[in-house]
Amino acid sequence: MSDKIKVTIDGIPVEVEPGTSILNAARQIGGDIVPPAMCYYSKLEGSGGKCRTCLVKVSKGSEKDPRPMPKLVASCRTTVMDGMEVQNITSPEVIEARKGVVEMLLINHPLDCPICDQAGECHLQDLSYEHGAATTRYEFDRRTFDRVDIGDKIQLHMNRCILCYRCVFTADQITNNRVHGVLGRGDHAEISTYIEKAIDNDFSGNVIDVCPVGALTDKTFRFKNRVWFTKPVEAHRDCPTCSGKVTLWYKGEEVLRVTARKDVYGEVEDFICNTCRFDKKSTNDWVIEGPRQVSRQSVINANHYDTLQPLPVIKKNPELMEANKEQFERATKF
Amino acid sequence: MGRKLLLEHINVPGINTFQVYKEKGGYRAVEKALKTMSSDDVVEEVKKSGLRGRGGAGFPTGMKWSFLAKPEGVPRYLVCNADESEPGTFKDRYLMTHIPHALIEGMIIGSYALGANTSYIYVRGEMMPQIRILEKAIAEAKAAGYLGKNILGSGYDLEIYVQPGGGAYICGEETALLESLEGKRGNPRIKPPFPAIAGLYGCPTVVNNVESIAATVPIVNEGGEEYAKIGIGRSTGTKLISASGNINQPGVYEIELGLSVEDFIYSDEYCGGIANGKRLKAVVAGGSSVPILPANLILNLANGDKRLMSYESLSEGGFATGTMLGSGGFVVLDEDQCIVRNTWNFSRFYHHESCGQCSPCREGTGWMEKVLHRIEYGHGKMSDIDLLVDVSKKIEGNTICPLGDAAAWPVASAIRHFRDEFEWHVKEPKLALERNYGLAHYADPLKIAEEV
Repeated sequence: MSDKIKVTIDGIPVEVEPGTSILNAARQIGGDIVPPAMCYYSKLEGSGGKCRTCLVKVSKGSEKDPRPMPKLVASCRTTVMDGMEVQNITSPEVIEARKGVVEMLLINHPLDCPICDQAGECHLQDLSYEHGAATTRYEFDRRTFDRVDIGDKIQLHMNRCILCYRCVFTADQITNNRVHGVLGRGDHAEISTYIEKAIDNDFSGNVIDVCPVGALTDKTFRFKNRVWFTKPVEAHRDCPTCSGKVTLWYKGEEVLRVTARKDVYGEVEDFICNTCRFDKKSTNDWVIEGPRQVSRQSVINANHYDTLQPLPVIKKNPELMEANKEQFERATKF
Repeated sequence: MGRKLLLEHINVPGINTFQVYKEKGGYRAVEKALKTMSSDDVVEEVKKSGLRGRGGAGFPTGMKWSFLAKPEGVPRYLVCNADESEPGTFKDRYLMTHIPHALIEGMIIGSYALGANTSYIYVRGEMMPQIRILEKAIAEAKAAGYLGKNILGSGYDLEIYVQPGGGAYICGEETALLESLEGKRGNPRIKPPFPAIAGLYGCPTVVNNVESIAATVPIVNEGGEEYAKIGIGRSTGTKLISASGNINQPGVYEIELGLSVEDFIYSDEYCGGIANGKRLKAVVAGGSSVPILPANLILNLANGDKRLMSYESLSEGGFATGTMLGSGGFVVLDEDQCIVRNTWNFSRFYHHESCGQCSPCREGTGWMEKVLHRIEYGHGKMSDIDLLVDVSKKIEGNTICPLGDAAAWPVASAIRHFRDEFEWHVKEPKLALERNYGLAHYADPLKIAEEV
């Protein structure tokens, strides 16, 4: 590849390949300066730009043209230029705009988290917790839709949808036949199969994984359990259609659901097929690899007691420090 | 009497036919361009003329043409944006109905200048009569050898197609128009890439308004410099204004840019004054999406000078005291009109027309509409007014396409200039349902800040 180019995000310089988006450059740095993204999905071409939560301020366009960009830009769809300077959490303007976007996303969202299966792994929940206001200024009825079963395994709960278009891109790009799409426009736009056609495809279950909210849920898991009472375990099987690398969600001895492996940004590593997802719910079907590491902050870790404080002797020994780095980091978080 | 370039022969019977249009000097420009000028010459003439886009944004047309990428072996397209749906604007429909050949002639010149062999006219779906008129005009031009293969023996080929739109305001946004033209859902694309690099079917494309394209005809006929002499400053040439509202003579007028707003409203040549002897209260100067101005600010600038009908003069003072020329939808409101209702009506339109792609516009337009509805029907609260300002700020500038801005500006400006009328609606809900707020102080002479 050609030479790397240098960008500065919130004062932190990073060198990235040309053509990288600001969001991905920020993800290479990691930590708090990564803009949140509700609609962008790195595995899906053409996604992004719609939810506007990843807005950032470009305070210097590039080395050649140092003028700042006039408006806030969507970091997921803006490519970096050499010498670009970006402000995310250091710009009050960005924080304010993001707060506005979160408020807008929530005004028609039912906020039924207590009965929503996505609670605990919902991006909108995380986002509003971090960036939103505690109360709403919206005093009108929220738009409502009927729940629709699209196929025997997936339920569409349109009330919760934030129209990120991820499931549309998924159907377009990893299945060979898309039967659902967006109908209508404005705030009456909806994801639909038009005449309630069933989505019947070997990979249709992936729309559940890409959905950032609880609009598309797994019918085999609905109301079975809260995610934070289940334990994620990495496993694989020899699957003829997909990579077979999954996360099993255990409650006791029982596999409650199977999902693809998601990274810290909620994006899957590999899309998995419906057979793995819906039909193989017994430990015998899988080769267990080990527990899935979930971010310490995640509520999914709430009821796990496997994190003891490292022994004091470790602090004195650099080798042990290195070996227990992760444990040590967790302990210092308290 | 101002010069007429586009509507010169508007009253000639049968001007919509090829025969009469040609007798009146039509298609001279095509002959001149194709026989004596290279395509770069035409672009140069348009650049010299200083013609600015007539669709609303006012971007110089010549610049837009020269930005078009010209890679080898890739077709280029000229697309005419005839999806005129802005409330208050109806000039393009008028032009297409009465002088369709002016558009066809402009399309030939524009396509030749850009090197496009296929061009499209994307007409709003509701304008079925105009679509038929244009198709007839294209057939006539083709029969006369001005379209098709080897036009006038110059070796240049061109086909023009008319495409009816699917009935959405958003398809007037250029990238949404291209999506729609490709047969997809009319969602605006994320820019960059701009259409000049990757537009229709991923090929370099120029999207121009009907009036901009038609205006290239007199530019080629008379030369760019001659055209630039008309008008004032960087606003050159003539502009079609769709005048509507409470005036004596509503209609489409061709004005020389630089005419004063007062003359335009009150002279008998144009609007002929306010109807029924009422007084002027407010004007929406460029179609529903531009900021509304009260009578005193539309007639005069903040420094007391007369405001002129030009891109610069109308936007003088920024959003604090100015507005924009936009697409030229000049809506006049007299003292009996209710600004709150008018704002609600605009807001309802934008709520209905938001494409629903990006969240601030999808959710925010509906929210503003509901709050405005509440105020208009007497259930408003004092805090609603600040809420509206705040919501409009959260939408403005944070969306993919300008529809978010267009929805936010009328609301923000109405509250900026007519705040006491909104407050009156909240304080006197019963009275507000019975009568209007009236003119109040909106026509009072401005207090001019003394220069130090």
